[in-house]
Amino acid sequence: MSSKERKNYRMILHEEMKKRYRTRIITDNLVTVFALVCVVAAIIPLGSILLEVIKNGASALSFEFLTAPQGSIGSGKGGIGPAIQGTIIVVGLASLIATPVGVLAGIYLSEFAGNGIFPTVVRFLNNILTGLPSIVIGIVGYVTIVLFLGSFSVWAGALSLSIIMMPIVVIVTEETLRIVPHSLREAGYALGISKAKITMNIVLTTAKSGVLTGIGLGIARIAGETAPLIMTILGTSLFFSGLEGPVDALPLRIWRLASQPYESAHAFGWGAALILILMVLGMNVGLRLLARKKGFTVRAEA
Amino acid sequence: MNKNKVLLREFNMQKNMIIMSIVAGLLLGIIIPSSIFSVHAQNKIIINGAGATFPFPLIDTWRVDYKTIKPEVDINYQSIGSGGGVKQFTAKTVDFGATDAPLTAQEMQSAPGAVHIPETIGSVVAAYNIPSIPDKGLKLTGEVLGDIFLGKITKWNDPKIQSLNPDKTLPGDDIVVVHRSDGSGTTFVWTDYLSNVSSAWSQQVGKGKSVAWPTGIGAPGNEGVANAIKGTANTIGYIELSYALTTKTPFAFIQNKEGNFIEPSIASTRAAVAAQSGALPKGDQPWTNVTMVNAGGKDSYPIASFSYLLLYKELSTDPNIDEPKAKALVDFIAWAITDGQKTGESLNYVPLPDTVVKLDQDTLKSLTYKGKPLL
Amino acid sequence: MVCLVTFSVFRGSIQIFSYEGVIGFLTGTDWNAVEGRESFGALPYIVGTLASSAIAMVIGVPISLGIATFVSEMSPPRLAAPISFVIELLAAVPSIIYGLWALFVFRFWIRDLIEMPLYNAFHGSLPIFAKYPFGLDLFTAGIVLAIMIIPIISSICREVMRVVPNSQREAAYSLGATRWEAVRIAVFPYAKAGILGAAILGLGRAVGETILVTLVIGNVIGIAAIPTTLFSQSQTLSSLIANEFNEASSDLHLSALIGLGAVLLILTMIINIGARLLVRKMVKVPTGEKGRR
Repeated sequence: MSSKERKNYRMILHEEMKKRYRTRIITDNLVTVFALVCVVAAIIPLGSILLEVIKNGASALSFEFLTAPQGSIGSGKGGIGPAIQGTIIVVGLASLIATPVGVLAGIYLSEFAGNGIFPTVVRFLNNILTGLPSIVIGIVGYVTIVLFLGSFSVWAGALSLSIIMMPIVVIVTEETLRIVPHSLREAGYALGISKAKITMNIVLTTAKSGVLTGIGLGIARIAGETAPLIMTILGTSLFFSGLEGPVDALPLRIWRLASQPYESAHAFGWGAALILILMVLGMNVGLRLLARKKGFTVRAEA
Repeated sequence: MNKNKVLLREFNMQKNMIIMSIVAGLLLGIIIPSSIFSVHAQNKIIINGAGATFPFPLIDTWRVDYKTIKPEVDINYQSIGSGGGVKQFTAKTVDFGATDAPLTAQEMQSAPGAVHIPETIGSVVAAYNIPSIPDKGLKLTGEVLGDIFLGKITKWNDPKIQSLNPDKTLPGDDIVVVHRSDGSGTTFVWTDYLSNVSSAWSQQVGKGKSVAWPTGIGAPGNEGVANAIKGTANTIGYIELSYALTTKTPFAFIQNKEGNFIEPSIASTRAAVAAQSGALPKGDQPWTNVTMVNAGGKDSYPIASFSYLLLYKELSTDPNIDEPKAKALVDFIAWAITDGQKTGESLNYVPLPDTVVKLDQDTLKSLTYKGKPLL
Repeated sequence: MVCLVTFSVFRGSIQIFSYEGVIGFLTGTDWNAVEGRESFGALPYIVGTLASSAIAMVIGVPISLGIATFVSEMSPPRLAAPISFVIELLAAVPSIIYGLWALFVFRFWIRDLIEMPLYNAFHGSLPIFAKYPFGLDLFTAGIVLAIMIIPIISSICREVMRVVPNSQREAAYSLGATRWEAVRIAVFPYAKAGILGAAILGLGRAVGETILVTLVIGNVIGIAAIPTTLFSQSQTLSSLIANEFNEASSDLHLSALIGLGAVLLILTMIINIGARLLVRKMVKVPTGEKGRR
């Protein structure tokens, strides 16, 4: 190979490399653009939803709307007070049931259970429970609780919702506790602290923000559920009157109002949707702030 | 980890506990006062009812009006659908049920002692969206409607439709049928009518609250159907008259038994019921075969039906009902079928003819609580 | 509790399985609740469920991956935080609000901007576009489901990609890789199991979604619910349960609907088992302490 040939070869190689490099850069840019397009594509629906809800819902808002029971349908009088109260009661009760049980089950699975057959089965069933359509849970709630008690009730709704929430809390708790470095636990052992204390005071405290995120996710999920509520709490135009009676809830009220022929009922429906979104988002932001305050943050999502 | 940090963490935990107890306190704060309130107000009576969607605006207006007459009685009526009303009434999870379709023989068996109390009258219209015909008044016969819903007539300018409407320009587009996707009393009335006038329909599909639709798009609820019709050109579907009037959806004039094309309205619906109400059964007898569709009389609109309230003849059959509640319930219904009818008309509901009011009053007089009559 | 759910679902469906036979119920295509003509088959709704979820996955997963990649690998940090916050807000919007928005707003966009052009261009040549679109169909349902699951999948993917050790990326960069190449050869393989898990979670959500689907899928029943084109009306298992459960007054009809619930339950189980097996197979890639998620 003469030196000229060699030089030529080098030039060709150089050109080739340059060309390849250019395609690689172009691909890189294309992918970046694609990713950006994805982001925009996902944000458009959110913008549209929020815009639509605010546009249609804001005009309904007033003090009366938030506190009064509904006037006769189509009159445009009254408000959705019972639905707001009912959502707080049912969702609150459901999370009071689901949170301790879910967190304890998550602790059990991550700290005490190991990898035996029983925990594996529990984990598997728990995963299935997360994928179970809420309507099936509604049917179960109706068949086991409503028919058993002989009446639609707060209990039936809260228990059904807690069945939906619990597996989410279990999974997130388990996964978050798992990421807590072993060194922390070992430090506890080295100090001679009991396992229960280590779990409660060291592991759980460290993983607090993750667990809180999980609870928040669970509450957000059940606050928006409609199908199980149709079959368990019935709905009412009256304020809460006892745990054994029917109660109202926002998603249920939106669903019912949307199927009425009156413009004023639709406006109420959008207003209720706005309140529901604000409640769920407000709670999410609150939990996020609560979680962010902690020093050591370990995060996980369901 | 130094001592300060541990202390800080402890403090954080305490803070968390404080936040948690505030949340719990708030919850209790909401629950407790209202339960104390309800305990104190022993003489307050809450009557829970559920069922048909169609009479909901009427009953909901009654709820508010009746509260001004009897402040101690709270009525709660939820529109969960006719079938739901029957099911919840049978399961005794509500104090009264409401349905647009009378109980079937099978349903009568599972709810022994049930009585029917017609509380208002409904009719179902064929609503459409044809860009070239923006107003109501397309003329249709039962047979043509049957063929459209069977998928046999597929174009708007089919000779069978065109010959009924010589004065209108019909598009050559495909007809899009819209029907209810959820089970519904409205569907029952509509398919009852089609079965009555179209033998092909009766053989192939039959009547029911949900049927095996041969063609079309399904949408949930009156609102879903109305929305699908409004948002899509060349559609036809069925919705309640009061719903169509409130939302100003164009609808067809339908040929009745005497051969006249009748505009659906409160008057023509009332005429149909007046023509049919001569031979109604008593409240505690089976109503399974009662039908108002294809009624005789030259002014009768052919697709009408009663909407019923369901009660037990012996009200103590439902363990949720005590004597004051039974009394309040019967009083409320007695008011609804008389004075309550007046509110109906402004909401586009057809008032009951006097014969039916009389029949209902007799039924109410026969109701008992532990053997004692209530009225 | 799962046992309670499973037990009551299966007890409720015994009647229909003995009436139609298990095979008969699973492969039947009739659905008729009219007294005297009862006949119930679940096949069309199984197909409808799978088809609508498949559309949701095909659209939702790449977009979610794109978002996660952008947020965790490409965007400047100042942009990443607000974007992920906004995406997570989407996850908190209740599905009934998605449903109303889809019914009143989005279905017209879909019909006029996507379906009509596709129909005009291809209805002669490609059979899957051969039906005149109304905006209430399988395609709309699939897309709205995709929109609903994107926040769920992308936020998990983002978390998973974030825990990929930086050493992996640095190794790729030191070999002269571009940013995308680093993501492709270093981040994706590492996060594969987690991404798959996220996708499965989204799939589970899409399969079980009820009210939203009922509002936009067109709800046909019987053999017609087996979609022949992308723009056909269809029906899913959960939407049919939602549609008819309240009105089902005969025991057989009720049992048939609960039978659909049983089918759904089994479908969910299969998806879960499949996911577990897949994850187990893939998890053999080197993982750090935080990798297996």
